[in-house]
Amino acid sequence: MTKFDPALAEWALDEAKRKGATAAEVLFSGGESLAAGVRLGETEKLKSSRERRMGLRVFVGQSSATASTAEMDRDSIAGFIADTVTLARLTAADPWSGLPDPALHPKSFPDLGLSDPDCGIVDADRALEIARLAEKAALASDPRIKNSEGAEFDSSRYRILFANSQGFFGEYEGSSFSLVVQPIAQEGEAMQQGFWYTANRRFAKLEDPEETGRTAARRALRRLGARKVRTTRVPVVFDPDMAAGLIRTLAGAASGPALYKGTSFLIDRLGDRIAAPGVTIIDDGTIPGALGSRPFDGEGLPTRRQHLVERGMLRTYLLDSYSARKLKLAPTGNASRSVGQAPTVSTNNLYLEAGPYTPEQIIGSVKSGLYLTELIGFGINMVTGDYSRGAGGIWIEDGRLAYPVQEITIAGNLKDMFLGIEMIGNDLKWRSSVVAPTLKIAEMTIAGA
Amino acid sequence: MTKELAHPEKFFVDRFGMSERALERILGTALERKADHADIYFEYRDAESLGLEESMVNHTAKSVSHGVGVRVNAEDRTGYAYSDEVTIDRMKLAAEAARAIADQRAEVPAVRVGTPVPRHSLYEVATTPLEIPLEQRAKLLQEIDKVARAYDPRVKNVIASIAAERKIVMIATSEGTIAADVQPLCRLNVSVVAEDGKGGRQIGTYGGGGRVEYSFFLEADRWRQYALEAARQAIVNLDADDAPAGEMIVVLGPGWPGILLHEAIGHGLEGDFNRKGVSAFSGRVGQKVASDLCTVVDDGTIPMRRGSLNVDDEGTPTSRTVLIEKGILRGYLQDRLNARLMKMKPTGNGRRESFAFAPMPRMTNTFMLPGESTPEEIIKSVKRGLYAVSFGGGQVDITNGKFVFSASEAYLIEDGKVTRPVKGATLIGNGPDVLTRVTMVANDLSLDSGIGTCGKDGQSVPVGVGLPTIRIDGITVGGTRA
Repeated sequence: MTKFDPALAEWALDEAKRKGATAAEVLFSGGESLAAGVRLGETEKLKSSRERRMGLRVFVGQSSATASTAEMDRDSIAGFIADTVTLARLTAADPWSGLPDPALHPKSFPDLGLSDPDCGIVDADRALEIARLAEKAALASDPRIKNSEGAEFDSSRYRILFANSQGFFGEYEGSSFSLVVQPIAQEGEAMQQGFWYTANRRFAKLEDPEETGRTAARRALRRLGARKVRTTRVPVVFDPDMAAGLIRTLAGAASGPALYKGTSFLIDRLGDRIAAPGVTIIDDGTIPGALGSRPFDGEGLPTRRQHLVERGMLRTYLLDSYSARKLKLAPTGNASRSVGQAPTVSTNNLYLEAGPYTPEQIIGSVKSGLYLTELIGFGINMVTGDYSRGAGGIWIEDGRLAYPVQEITIAGNLKDMFLGIEMIGNDLKWRSSVVAPTLKIAEMTIAGA
Repeated sequence: MTKELAHPEKFFVDRFGMSERALERILGTALERKADHADIYFEYRDAESLGLEESMVNHTAKSVSHGVGVRVNAEDRTGYAYSDEVTIDRMKLAAEAARAIADQRAEVPAVRVGTPVPRHSLYEVATTPLEIPLEQRAKLLQEIDKVARAYDPRVKNVIASIAAERKIVMIATSEGTIAADVQPLCRLNVSVVAEDGKGGRQIGTYGGGGRVEYSFFLEADRWRQYALEAARQAIVNLDADDAPAGEMIVVLGPGWPGILLHEAIGHGLEGDFNRKGVSAFSGRVGQKVASDLCTVVDDGTIPMRRGSLNVDDEGTPTSRTVLIEKGILRGYLQDRLNARLMKMKPTGNGRRESFAFAPMPRMTNTFMLPGESTPEEIIKSVKRGLYAVSFGGGQVDITNGKFVFSASEAYLIEDGKVTRPVKGATLIGNGPDVLTRVTMVANDLSLDSGIGTCGKDGQSVPVGVGLPTIRIDGITVGGTRA
């Protein structure tokens, strides 16, 4: 991959100062990718891309502005910097704005193995062959798998260069590979889609394509014959993917911007018990080879391993410098920066530590309840914690998975839901940058017929 | 700006040296293997946003992006390659990458680019909001902050933003057509956080916009209405009870609740899903999928609307497509590829988020035509039910037809009267079934205020929805009170 020119970054920072900026940051972000899709055995799509952009944030005293551009010659950049400085001058002076404390910038960077040393962009023929294998395995696994939305294999490489006017300079390269399979199961008039994927920074560490296809088929098949259940209150067992969504939501409520805007149900809860005693949630940006790892965050601060929740107690918020200053706390290495926007907050690798129970033991503990495998919609009020979402899964009767259910909702309040986590599974797997094991929540409202 | 408005196709010629002869050469490269269609999509976009928090306009951001995408279709296959470097060399590489989808070599047909496509003239915005001095826009946000805070002492924070963009696109096809368009878009958004002093906190959100001049926000004091609505909704929700759970009669208010149609019907009628037979509506044209009271259309030709376009992102003029006529399923939303494969006509619904994506069938403005009841009659007719007037987002599973959408403002109906506010109600239903339960449609059709964004397969595009007040007999309400 073509590297960015560090001299151009340095020049842009100097140019910003010449145009009147008191401080500045520059970000170069670029990448290339190839995606290949098959459907019902035939090649369906090929997509290749190449992108590079420049992001800029300038400060004039306490006023700031952010800008991004695709025009990366020096003349265009000079004009662009001038415009951005003008924009900053017109922006209100904000007492909390500014670059991070320079003492917090790291002196060296860990090698996190973000880039596959053995495999670049996978060429179209090989990518199509992998997708074809996966879809074929899905279609072959059961006569009721009659249709498909296809299988797609993607590979990409990206490069980041970030520098600021107080001497920080860092760059890194990363890779990612993924395979997605979406077969459709049919029985009479009813159709159900299955979805499964594997993703990794290293090509060789992807799960077997055929196994990925078969899993997708199983997930489609187990939804056939879904019915509605009566409105009731029962325990709900979240499968690992659904449990991961739950902790992602919690991290959103613990993020600085939500807290200072007053749009979080975790305001003023630092140090409090917010979850059941067995719950420990960790954010860690330093795990070698993991999808959410990075050597520094969107402001050039080191990422780290930290407890968001430790045995049920809220231990930290997730903060960039701006929200940290506002909340009178220290930044946590969670600043996230896209080229066109001022830093915001995101998790690195977020996970809920595994517990002692097998998924079978957890399901076995439920007399009547829901094994939750899908959620749709956006029914989460982050201000209050009210939670009401479209749901589907498998009904549990006498400790066994009995029949699929759909067109129901599950509702509760996130505050009660986290306190109500009764059992935690031992099935934590690193499939994505946010992961959790199977979880059982004591009771939620199911709305159905 | 004026020059670009009149001749947007000249913009790319002047800026990037894209002559018609150069386009012909690139299309020729794209067609060197056996293909049915090739096109080149150019995009130049500049955007600016400013935001207010805690009574300070402390966020400003601007961006300039441009890029080009080359597409080749062979039978049902799509090759697509894009680059943000708009040069002949890059485009040639993109054309070579895209044509890899087609297998055999072919005689290169002579492509003659230059046939202009007739296009609508739905949004002649002489001055985009980008050209209004920033100070003036910042002052409007300050005014909004004041108005919202003055509404009630329980208002604790106001978050407001103005986002504006201008997108210039040009599409040249292997059929020789060339279409270009300048697409302005802006949106003003207000969120209000209210606290009751007893630990309760709520949020209200309102906004609007479209393909309009900045003065749109000043006309009829729209900006003030947005601020007051957001504040009112936050205060109403402070006193809201938990929503009930279970199946009940639901009355949807006019306007934005049309998101029901978008989720329950619209997505399931997009051509790609139906060609592949993976939609719950596949193969059901001509069948009854709604009550006789329901006629639903998608219309990309309404002036100034957020979901409207003069031409779609494949260069086809947009149109008005009847999806459901008096309960009978009539048609699909098509892009070129799916229309060709289904032997139907493109409907001007081929859209994409940006040059980084190949187009696919998408909605524009989707709404139900008005009926004959009055909203008052409808409320009065319900003994016990839910009256939902504003919504957050929604989602649908195309294949099994299940959809949800979440109310952000709703009330109980008791004995024909709207009574207490309730919070946290998500509605869930089945697309092919929900409109069969519509028993009353009012005469008060309105379109939403211009805030909709639709996501599909990782691509976001601006859309509109609309609805008259309707009564649905039996939909599951997902509250907490079992």
